Amino acid sequence: MTPLLSVDNLTTGFQRAGSRYTVVEKVSFTICRGQTFALVGESGSGKSITALSVIRLLPPGARIFTGQVMLNGEDLLKLPEIQMSRLRGRKIAMIFQDPMTSLNPVKTVGDQIGEVLTLHFGLKGRLRQERCLELLHQVGLTDPEHKLASYPHQLSGGQRQRVMIAIALAGEPELLIADEPTTALDVTLQAQILELLEKLKRHRGLALWLITHDLGLVADLADSAAVMQNGRIVETFQRQAAPLFAHPTHPYTRQLLEARPRIESCLVNRCKAAESASPLLQVTELKVWYPIRKGFFKRIKDYVRAVDGVSFTLARGQTLALVGESGCGKTTLGKALLKLIPATSGRIYIDGQELSALPLKYRCRMLQIVFQDPFSAMNPRMLVEDILAEGLKSLRPDISRKKRVELVERLLEKVELPADSRLRYPHEFSGGQRQRLCIARALAVEPKLIVCDEPTSSLDVSVQKQILKLLKDLQQRTGVSYLFISHDLQVVAEIADHVAVMYQGKIIELGETDRVLFSPEHPYTQRLLAALPGKHLLSPDSIAEQKVEIPT
Amino acid sequence: MSWVVLWTDALLFALAAGIAALALYTRRQEHLRRPWRKIARSRTGVAALTVLAAFATIGLLDSIHFRQASNGQVVSLLDRWIEPLRIRSEKTYSAPFATHLYAREFQTLPDGGKAWLYPRLQYGGAHLQDPNDRWRDVTQRALLGGGKGAAVWLLLNMGLALILGLRRLMWPPWATVSLTLGILLVIGWTVAELSLAYHVLGTDKVGEDVLYQSLKSIRTGLIIGTLTTLVMLPLGLGLGVVAGYFGGWIDDLIQYLYTTLNSIPGVLLIAAAILMLQVYMAAHEEQFTSLVVRADMRLFFLCLILGITSWTGLCRLLRAETLKLREMEYVQAARALGVSHPIILLRHIFPNVFHIVLISVVLDFSGLVLAEAVLSYVNIGVDPTTQSWGNMINSARLELAREPVVWWTLAAAFAFMFTFVLAANLFADVVRDAFDPRRAEE
Repeated sequence: MTPLLSVDNLTTGFQRAGSRYTVVEKVSFTICRGQTFALVGESGSGKSITALSVIRLLPPGARIFTGQVMLNGEDLLKLPEIQMSRLRGRKIAMIFQDPMTSLNPVKTVGDQIGEVLTLHFGLKGRLRQERCLELLHQVGLTDPEHKLASYPHQLSGGQRQRVMIAIALAGEPELLIADEPTTALDVTLQAQILELLEKLKRHRGLALWLITHDLGLVADLADSAAVMQNGRIVETFQRQAAPLFAHPTHPYTRQLLEARPRIESCLVNRCKAAESASPLLQVTELKVWYPIRKGFFKRIKDYVRAVDGVSFTLARGQTLALVGESGCGKTTLGKALLKLIPATSGRIYIDGQELSALPLKYRCRMLQIVFQDPFSAMNPRMLVEDILAEGLKSLRPDISRKKRVELVERLLEKVELPADSRLRYPHEFSGGQRQRLCIARALAVEPKLIVCDEPTSSLDVSVQKQILKLLKDLQQRTGVSYLFISHDLQVVAEIADHVAVMYQGKIIELGETDRVLFSPEHPYTQRLLAALPGKHLLSPDSIAEQKVEIPT
Repeated sequence: MSWVVLWTDALLFALAAGIAALALYTRRQEHLRRPWRKIARSRTGVAALTVLAAFATIGLLDSIHFRQASNGQVVSLLDRWIEPLRIRSEKTYSAPFATHLYAREFQTLPDGGKAWLYPRLQYGGAHLQDPNDRWRDVTQRALLGGGKGAAVWLLLNMGLALILGLRRLMWPPWATVSLTLGILLVIGWTVAELSLAYHVLGTDKVGEDVLYQSLKSIRTGLIIGTLTTLVMLPLGLGLGVVAGYFGGWIDDLIQYLYTTLNSIPGVLLIAAAILMLQVYMAAHEEQFTSLVVRADMRLFFLCLILGITSWTGLCRLLRAETLKLREMEYVQAARALGVSHPIILLRHIFPNVFHIVLISVVLDFSGLVLAEAVLSYVNIGVDPTTQSWGNMINSARLELAREPVVWWTLAAAFAFMFTFVLAANLFADVVRDAFDPRRAEE
């Protein structure tokens, strides 16, 4: 097959004050027509910069140092900018990660697609309208006539991503670059969008360049793949010979594959004496409703039922996972337990006592929370010591200053960070280290229950694995219970003893992890499980066997 | 001789002490030190800061008052320093570097005849035998003054080099400081040397030296710019943060307060307040024993009322920022840890809105100096006896209508105000860039 795009020896980086910082180093690959090529890597590996180098839309300060990018035998890096801008959208189109910010909020969908049609084909009036409709129909949007006149905020996340794809397709490109096209979407939507991309590729003979961090997704979709680490391609794979990632040789690829959370892991973990543990948290008929006020007198017309009558029990020293897609009310439920959001009705018992009857300080010592984004969860203007000691200062003022420092050092040790981190600022730490600090902060007051609100979803897989391991270790040592909120069934399988699946504010299925994940009863759970990517990946055991054969 | 402490003096020195304390505190906080290091790297910022410091020094010198034993007048250290400028007044207008008055007088000639003539000045160029010689004399004195200034600069640099070491002096920020200081010293010494023999910026209607007025106006501008901020800061900061953090009826109340205040025309409110003060001062004359105290009271009151009318902008800005910060996860984490509201405000909200406060204070400063000029122009600003750029511009209104035109008062006020406000604005710009978190990564 003739290659459509071939990138040869591409080196990109920043030039600052005379010194060079390379971000992409000597990267070479080819993409053929009608094929899917995947560039895989963790955040900061330079995969997005590679794509931006190819379409020459680098951020200010970045430069291409060496290399050749050939599209249909034409060197893109030598084209004058005016020709290049004509080529963008027409020959190469790009879909960005976040559909919320890549559409212009003040223009209708029709205008935004039409813009491309007018620009590249000079289409106007009726013809343009018809072509727009056709495109929306192709990307599988229902009721395209109506959608054409609507604004981005009137569409859901998945619909917006479809519109983005329609815009990309409007120029009838030969190469479609999709930069993390589904990362911001729920798992069921992700499956739909990927299926759509696959279909379009087949029908139109497009070449698809997928940029992602998810190996599972690549294994399902791509014909060839390259793994990127620190700006270099460390290993490439071809589908023809064997399934992708069947014989990883590079240690980094192996590490990525092993770090991937997998749904089977709950089968291994099931050895706790689950039933003997006494209940710690009992929630009955908890409701969090937000009133919708309308009219002149702001009378309450209706309610948004964010959490709608939820009941569950969590045993001491165990982990209950709350799983659901975005907007199902799982985070609201977690925050309502900590009274960060007032509950409308329902009862919460902790350790046999009613939560609302407990004094504030006592309640805070029982229940703690770890947030999703470790970057915004710590005050950037406070030292780590002050952050960790905040709870001690407010809840246990009797502890002396010297003792507090000692306790902080012990906490740092618990979360496997050096003791001298005490006198540093949060921005000096990486994402994973920050999440450790957040966990340490919650642990400082020795709570019985920690609500973990998606603690790993903003982290790379290898870091995610470490954090999950840390959480499990801490549970074994201190006997703390977790309410683990997540959208990722695979992560849940790694850590949870029980799983509750939430849908539209209600728990629709609750049970032991292996039971829910391997014999789900509710159709929604079945749908979630069916949408999981990575079915074409080999199981970890087979990789472990290979490890013995090929020493690295 | 006895010290006299005016209201504005006390507050200005309190403010200076406060800034010094803040600087000491900043030195120990890494996250606060970082943006200042960025400012130190910027040539514009350092140069502007040096100019501002020169202005501030003059203003502070002018704020140490005492009563002269000889005649009971209240004068400042600056007045003593530039005594010749203060007391050598002519009869009326004279142009810069003039040797004769700007108006003709009816004079008796030596031969007994009478004629309309431009009389010689009492002080300006009085040492000259032949007035036509003056430009040569001016050049000589200018060169002499410049030379002296350069010499002082060299001495100062040697001193600095001893303290800092030569290597550090050659690099920013010290190289910029030294260069700016050099320019200021040369200009200053030249002007000083010239002003011993001439009225460098001319004289005004009652023969007072315009250079003296311009120098005295620095203190007024400085006080208006800083004390007003001092009044407005607690209101804007306190109410803004409280409104944003607590929300609900507290937010409603504060918002109503500042929308109401905003909808009253500011100039009218200030006019009403100043008139009320005048009525009060007229009724209680025994409390205001001297003209200086009266003028100072009015200046102080003007700062107060300007502060009260101008906190709304900062308040709104801080309210919006706090609304955002309130939902930040670290604030929620603090709430989950049972930290009380006042401590959350103090520990989590204040430090994170501090950059906004700093930026808006520095930006407002130049606006307030200009506002003083405008208010004095419509006669509701500072007391007519207080030297201020506004008053100078106000008097220039009539002078510009004269034939021939008296342009130097306006030009002097303009030049001084321009330098001061430009330095403040350039500095504000650099401060904003350094503290803006969105630019922090660059």
